[in-house]
Amino acid sequence: MTLPQRKPESMPASSTPKITLSGITKTFPGVRALNKVALELYPGQVTALIGENGAGKSTLVKTMTGIYQPDEGEIRINGELVTLSSPHAAFKLGITAIHQETVLFDELSVAENIYLGHAPKTRFKTLDWGLMREKSRKLLTEIGAGHIAPETRLKDLSIANKHLVAVARALSIDADVVIMDEPTAALSYKEIQDLFELMELLKKSGKAILFISHKFDEIYRIADRYTVFRDGEMVGNGLIADTTQDTIVRMMVGRSVDQVFPKQETTLGETVLTVSGYCHPTEFADINFKLRKGEILGFYGLVGAGRSELMQALIGITKPSKGAVRIGDDIAVIRSPAAAIENGIVYVPEERGKQGVVVDMPIVQNISLPSLRRTSKNGFLRLAEEFALAREYATRLDLRAASLSQNAGTLSGGNQQKVVIAKWLATKPRVIILDEPTKGIDIGSKAAVHAFMSELASQGLAVIMVSSELPEVMGMSDRIIVMREGRIVTTIEKNDGFNAETLVRAAAGIGETAA
Amino acid sequence: MTDTAHEARHIPDRLDSPARAALFSWPTLLLIVGVALFIINSMASPYFLSPWSLSDATFNFTEKAIIALAMALLIIAGEIDLSVASIIALASTAMGVALQFGVDVPGLVTIGILTGLICGIFNGFLVTGLGLPSIVVTIGTMSFFRGISYIVLGDQAFKGYPAGFDYFGQGYVWWVVSFEFALFLLFALLYYVLLHHTNFGRQVFTIGNNPVAARFSGVRVERIKFILFCLTGLMSGIAAVLLTSRLASTRPSIAVGWELEVVTMVVLGGVSILGGSGTIQGVVIAAFIMGLVTFGLGLLNVPGIVMSIFIGALLICVIALPILWARMRRRAAR
Repeated sequence: MTLPQRKPESMPASSTPKITLSGITKTFPGVRALNKVALELYPGQVTALIGENGAGKSTLVKTMTGIYQPDEGEIRINGELVTLSSPHAAFKLGITAIHQETVLFDELSVAENIYLGHAPKTRFKTLDWGLMREKSRKLLTEIGAGHIAPETRLKDLSIANKHLVAVARALSIDADVVIMDEPTAALSYKEIQDLFELMELLKKSGKAILFISHKFDEIYRIADRYTVFRDGEMVGNGLIADTTQDTIVRMMVGRSVDQVFPKQETTLGETVLTVSGYCHPTEFADINFKLRKGEILGFYGLVGAGRSELMQALIGITKPSKGAVRIGDDIAVIRSPAAAIENGIVYVPEERGKQGVVVDMPIVQNISLPSLRRTSKNGFLRLAEEFALAREYATRLDLRAASLSQNAGTLSGGNQQKVVIAKWLATKPRVIILDEPTKGIDIGSKAAVHAFMSELASQGLAVIMVSSELPEVMGMSDRIIVMREGRIVTTIEKNDGFNAETLVRAAAGIGETAA
Repeated sequence: MTDTAHEARHIPDRLDSPARAALFSWPTLLLIVGVALFIINSMASPYFLSPWSLSDATFNFTEKAIIALAMALLIIAGEIDLSVASIIALASTAMGVALQFGVDVPGLVTIGILTGLICGIFNGFLVTGLGLPSIVVTIGTMSFFRGISYIVLGDQAFKGYPAGFDYFGQGYVWWVVSFEFALFLLFALLYYVLLHHTNFGRQVFTIGNNPVAARFSGVRVERIKFILFCLTGLMSGIAAVLLTSRLASTRPSIAVGWELEVVTMVVLGGVSILGGSGTIQGVVIAAFIMGLVTFGLGLLNVPGIVMSIFIGALLICVIALPILWARMRRRAAR
């Protein structure tokens, strides 16, 4: 649904930026998250920050709120050079952020949340509860949230109302710069419309707003300006009114990517996995697809499109409400990860530290965990077998470790990922599902993981790859399924040619009828 | 040091030899403390070094230590059972009631052990079946189980256990080695093998370290936790048989406060109260240490109330020490 474009008539004629970031560089071990980026926010205007996952948007937000210190570059507020040495410093300078998951306190009242840290005091330096409640009520009424009582516990409010409280807090500390990091991700259509009205209100009161969203209809509805990031660099900016969605999509996607991620040509074998009529009460619906031997099937979509949930249902973590899964020709009933392993389906999860590795246990025990039945005898451990198994797969994946008894948590992200992949390959699966396999790992390990996936496919394994990174999904896949809001919107064969713009459009739901 | 860019990179199994790792482990430190305590005790009291008084010393801790073995596994898996002492009370009461109906010795033992097992199943169902936190559940069942004992017994006591029943808590297998102590050593060996040499034990450690990753890796987390609660209940039932036999009576206040001593023993043994690590060796040595200390203080005529202060102080120390120890080791590793 494309909303009618709004004319920028209400925009206050301000041409001097409220806050200017220039030449900001931030490097993490192995990754340059931001490379000499620039950003300007103007009072009374909404600037949309656009970019793929991993483009550097969150790093920039953390730099602006004093959580990260930039390696290079300068930040000016009203033309004056400032240092945001801590979140408190950023707060003092009038910068506040409203996150996707609001960072408020569930157990405190609405008034306390609004005034935490700058509450009105009485003569005796105790909290002036009366005044706090009164001021909160006034603020809430101002933003059209008079229905929220200041005494209410925050946890009793809906997400939309929590956002209203966050906005009231932003107003109460008199923030001039408001950062909204994907505020609409968890909201319904109606709630999003209310939030936009509120943003209009904030604009009128002269706030400079940074709006981060993946959804183009929202960006076109509310933003006055845009800035596009790609791979940690600023690749374009300007007025929304002067540009088209096509231009922005092209900027986001950028270079041609087919050379970067080589997948070896393989002849696809018989169908290994058939999913039909697969549904979940809330996360996904009506999923049908087939997976063949030697194939890499990419799943592309925005965060929250239901891809991870679908995969976790396939391995028995969550329960689907209906539908069938066939392995080869046989119907497979998978109600637990243990059953999935028996059926030869394994899953390399996105949240590596939480769901993948056991950080405080040795590499060898991490790798042998799902294969214990094979390395042991009558239920008794056989350490020599475990080490042999771990060594075999660690070597295949070119793991960099000092010893196999080293705790997995002492490895770099890329090597931890290799441990997780090794663990699953050791079970000799037929289908391996990789969820964002290269998220947060360094470039070297990334290339190794890609090369390895390609090798696996050529050896006859069937691979499902969930990825939000366009170059990765386009470079590695034989076929790409695009999901949006829990449904498959399109399937594209490699022979038909992958087109980044088509994928982004399908995932974001732009021009469904036209293009 | 791993940057040598050879084609086939060899990763050693381990850098430290297992012997070296064992030398610098928590159980080794405990063993040193134990030996020191033994020497201090033998110097402080002339009666200590006789075989019979050493044998008497073991009665102080074997029943608790038998429960501590199962409790160690439960705590390693990230759960806890605070109802163990109340399970003893209920199991002992059940035996007392059965006694009134003239049940024979094998019947009494079976009833005691079964009552413990049923209590464990109940705890396990509440925690893994209903998904309730174990600390709350077992504080609840702690009152619940002992409450039943009080209702049944009031301020009465069951006495008159038949001849033959006294063997479990008072008999000797060989010379000064009591039945209780021999049973404890046997269980210690079984639990050592179970925790350190079986798939089950490995999965217990994995659950304690990261239950989510364990589940994603095909470990049946709830089932294993359930089994651990059953084991703890079962061991408490066995301890109830031993204790009832030793005291030759059942009162509702039997074994009051033992849950803390059992937990202290487990934590002193180097089991992380947060779950995920620990050894049976450590717990066994810790059981000896606690036995030595309480018996030593007893020989010196230290009053019971001071001992309870001592147990409290020990519990705080043993929770703090392993954390400080780990911090030191981490610093040394850097």
